[in-house]
Amino acid sequence: MSESISEAPAAEVAATGLPAGPGVVSSRRKRNDFLYYGLRNKKLIFGLSVELILVLVAIIGPIIAKYGPLQITPAQLQHPNGTYWLGTDDLGEDLFSQLTNGLRESYLVGALGAGCAALVGMALGFLAGWRGGWLDEVLQFITNIIVMIPSLVLLIVIGSYLSSKNILFEGVFIGLTTWPWVARAVRAQTFSLRTREYVDLARLSGKRPFSIVVKEIAPNMASYLFLVVILLFGSSMLIAASYDFLGLGPTNVASLGWTMSRAQGFGALGYHLWWWFIPPGAVLTLMVAALLIANVGLDEVFNPKLRES
Amino acid sequence: MRRYLTRKIITYVLAFFVGVTIDWGIPRLMPGDPIQGLVSRFNVGSSAAYSGLYASFAKAFGLDVPVWQQYLNFWHGVLTGNMGGSIYAPGATVTSLVFSAMPYTLALLVPAILLSYSLGNRLGAAAARRKYLDNTVLPLGYVLQAIPYVWLALVVAYLFGPVWHLFPTAYGYDQGLVPHFDWTFISSLLDHWFLPFLTVFMVSLGGWAIGMRNLVIYELENDSSRYMRALGASERVVRGYAYRNASLPQLSGLALQLAVVIGGNVVTEIVFNYPGLGNLIFHAISNQDFFLLQGIFIWIVIGVLIANFIIDLVFLWVDPRTRLSMQGASA
Amino acid sequence: MSVNVENLSVAYRARKGDVTAVDNVSFSLADGEIMGLAGESGSGKSTLGNALVYLDPRMKTTGGKVTVDGRDLPIADNNAMRHRRMTDVSLVPQYAMSALTPTRKIGRLINDLLKSHQVKDREEVYTELKRRLALIGLKEDVLSKYSFELSGGMRQRVTIIMSSLLNPSLLIADEVTSALDVSSQRAVGEMLIEFRDRGYIKSAIAITHDLSILAQIADSIAIMYAGRLAERAPTSVIVDNPLHPYTQALLNSLPEVGVRADQAMLTGIPGRPPSLVNPPAGCRFRDRCPFAFAKCTETPPFEEIKPGHMVACWKVSQENGETAGAGQGLPVKEQV
Repeated sequence: MSESISEAPAAEVAATGLPAGPGVVSSRRKRNDFLYYGLRNKKLIFGLSVELILVLVAIIGPIIAKYGPLQITPAQLQHPNGTYWLGTDDLGEDLFSQLTNGLRESYLVGALGAGCAALVGMALGFLAGWRGGWLDEVLQFITNIIVMIPSLVLLIVIGSYLSSKNILFEGVFIGLTTWPWVARAVRAQTFSLRTREYVDLARLSGKRPFSIVVKEIAPNMASYLFLVVILLFGSSMLIAASYDFLGLGPTNVASLGWTMSRAQGFGALGYHLWWWFIPPGAVLTLMVAALLIANVGLDEVFNPKLRES
Repeated sequence: MRRYLTRKIITYVLAFFVGVTIDWGIPRLMPGDPIQGLVSRFNVGSSAAYSGLYASFAKAFGLDVPVWQQYLNFWHGVLTGNMGGSIYAPGATVTSLVFSAMPYTLALLVPAILLSYSLGNRLGAAAARRKYLDNTVLPLGYVLQAIPYVWLALVVAYLFGPVWHLFPTAYGYDQGLVPHFDWTFISSLLDHWFLPFLTVFMVSLGGWAIGMRNLVIYELENDSSRYMRALGASERVVRGYAYRNASLPQLSGLALQLAVVIGGNVVTEIVFNYPGLGNLIFHAISNQDFFLLQGIFIWIVIGVLIANFIIDLVFLWVDPRTRLSMQGASA
Repeated sequence: MSVNVENLSVAYRARKGDVTAVDNVSFSLADGEIMGLAGESGSGKSTLGNALVYLDPRMKTTGGKVTVDGRDLPIADNNAMRHRRMTDVSLVPQYAMSALTPTRKIGRLINDLLKSHQVKDREEVYTELKRRLALIGLKEDVLSKYSFELSGGMRQRVTIIMSSLLNPSLLIADEVTSALDVSSQRAVGEMLIEFRDRGYIKSAIAITHDLSILAQIADSIAIMYAGRLAERAPTSVIVDNPLHPYTQALLNSLPEVGVRADQAMLTGIPGRPPSLVNPPAGCRFRDRCPFAFAKCTETPPFEEIKPGHMVACWKVSQENGETAGAGQGLPVKEQV
């Protein structure tokens, strides 16, 4: 009995994960679907808005700040007031300026770390998933090993030998210790997608492997990949904060971790100078939490089954 | 099962190999000359003295022999437990320093991991089935996951110390006491242990709760749960089965999360000046004590490998599929 | 009548509105009757079958009533249904391959199910269980195995045994042969008949898109299209003398054994079933029906054209001199 039913479930049915109904879903319908659900997903909206606000602060803050973050002034150890919104530290440096600068540094290192991990992870993960065989085995061993070694400790060991400390190194190194997460996800997706019918179909119709990758596999993997990279963005920021706290990060700019370590070194806890060490970490928590929540929202948008009715 | 174990052991041996090689290789691969950095700290006047000092340091580092021999010498040191003497605490061997610090670190890590894991799992499973609980547990879990260890350590130290005066915030025990097996000392130990423990515990808790919640939700919706409901099983039974099924991937996750927790432990110890391995790392960095750093790294790697292996054994015990080697669990 | 379904409608909420997957369906089963429920993907047959046992929480009944052995079956009330499941109505799911939990042995799983139903004499049930396992060629040690240790065919048979263990009055077998090879299909089909003959199950509904299997095992066949019943009659009648145009087209599109492609092309039914979000008025098959005429814009009633033969088609009604509305006359009940 030849059936003229397409495989892809109609969007309405997909929403409840019930058996396929009639109708074909064009890719445009799918994108519209994502948009529709995306704009209504509370978590995504909340996460994105918070991030947007913080990014704006990170960009505008250092520009409109009156004092540079490392600008030594005689106004030492001020409580938060009209001029210095978050007060000053023991060298009279404006803490609010340090905060906005730190935000910027965090976003930078997050992007570097996630970007580097994404590049390496995608390349290696895809290679392993596509080719399989011994290449895959070797890669699996490598990823298992790297995942086991605590990245912060490894970073400490590497970083302590570095004479020059700049943010590029920091970001790239963080990426080089976290790429296995991306590689695993990409490999798993490639494996499962490689055997799907439409890839076989493309193969049969004589398409070259590269165009199969681009046209069939990549779009389907994109959403999952996106989710993983967002997570790495957040974890890169957290690792960098610890790294900077230990004094291994660049010291010519003010980063959130650096501010906190200066505070602790001075004894700010004992002197109840909470506005020195609380805001940097609080803002970092906010950044990462918003990312995580937006991520969950995005997952719900991409996966109909997770949506609540 | 045999295939699973052999695969694991090979991975661990390789990992150890890689760890040792990294440990040895890094100082040599880094730009800049660590010895030069060391020597320059001594502010030597004449160039003759400088080159003499340089040569003696090179000898101490074992850099006066060809590279391959240096590598073998390093391995020899690792396998005999002789990682050299410390620069930061002259006279003490690296190994002795590591071993005197390790109990403190283990005292933090082991209870923190075990407690946060079991409590987090229960919370997550409970959140998976009650909506109102889910609405509090979920955001809380994400926030906890997002908190940088170092910041929570500072906040905890601040609140419980200068603000509420409940716990001490530095050192492993009261500096006025002499280590002794008596109640005063032990209670002092516990007193100083509590805050760093609390920090590591709280951050890890969020991650487990969320992970378990997601896994349980997934399991409650999957085919085997649907079938049991279709056959009239009570929801309690279905939940029990879902929890069991979800525990397996969660356990795999534990092995993966170890690396993160250890990193967090390191900074927490530093904030509290708690005399564990993390604090030792800090001293090593500050004093450019490369020997000590190398030694600590090796021991952390060993520790992680052992922990992973233990988890693998537990997994073998809990997962019938791996035990009967039907599908080799993904290594 | 062992099973009686009256004007049952089941719907779920989708983005654009409610989708009625099962629309005003009525039929009855006699004791010992195996009814085949056939239709293409999306016809609502799976929804109908599953709703009789476990109504997915995302779905709701919008009308109708079900009785089994004279007692009301409250399919919309999950708590009340729990005790009826496995005992009065039972399901062999479409996903039998993954229906058995991987972390418990089969025997333990059955034990937990029995405990859930507070079965008093478990020993007796176990003796019967072992007897039935032997009957279908499974060894007793299956009970101490995990599901992943069993082959696909074994899993399918184990689920049938499990689902019918407490001798339900109605067994819903959802696509139980779809994932199997032909000889396994035959074995499972024969198993259903055997179970019915021995009284392990009273009546059964076999859901499938494969008419040829139904021809072998079903006493009667019901054809569903786009959420509604199109035709229902004893198997021989459906096979030899189908009246509804859709049934005819379905049978015509079955490949004939021995006929090769150069002798006759496979025919299909051009077009697609209508979307159920906004279904067209009247007969839903009319866009693809070669016999459609003006009256088809009205919904044809599902009426008894000949004794035991129900059809929902204006052309058939006209040819047989039936008037609209005859044969049913049952008011739609309030939603339970």
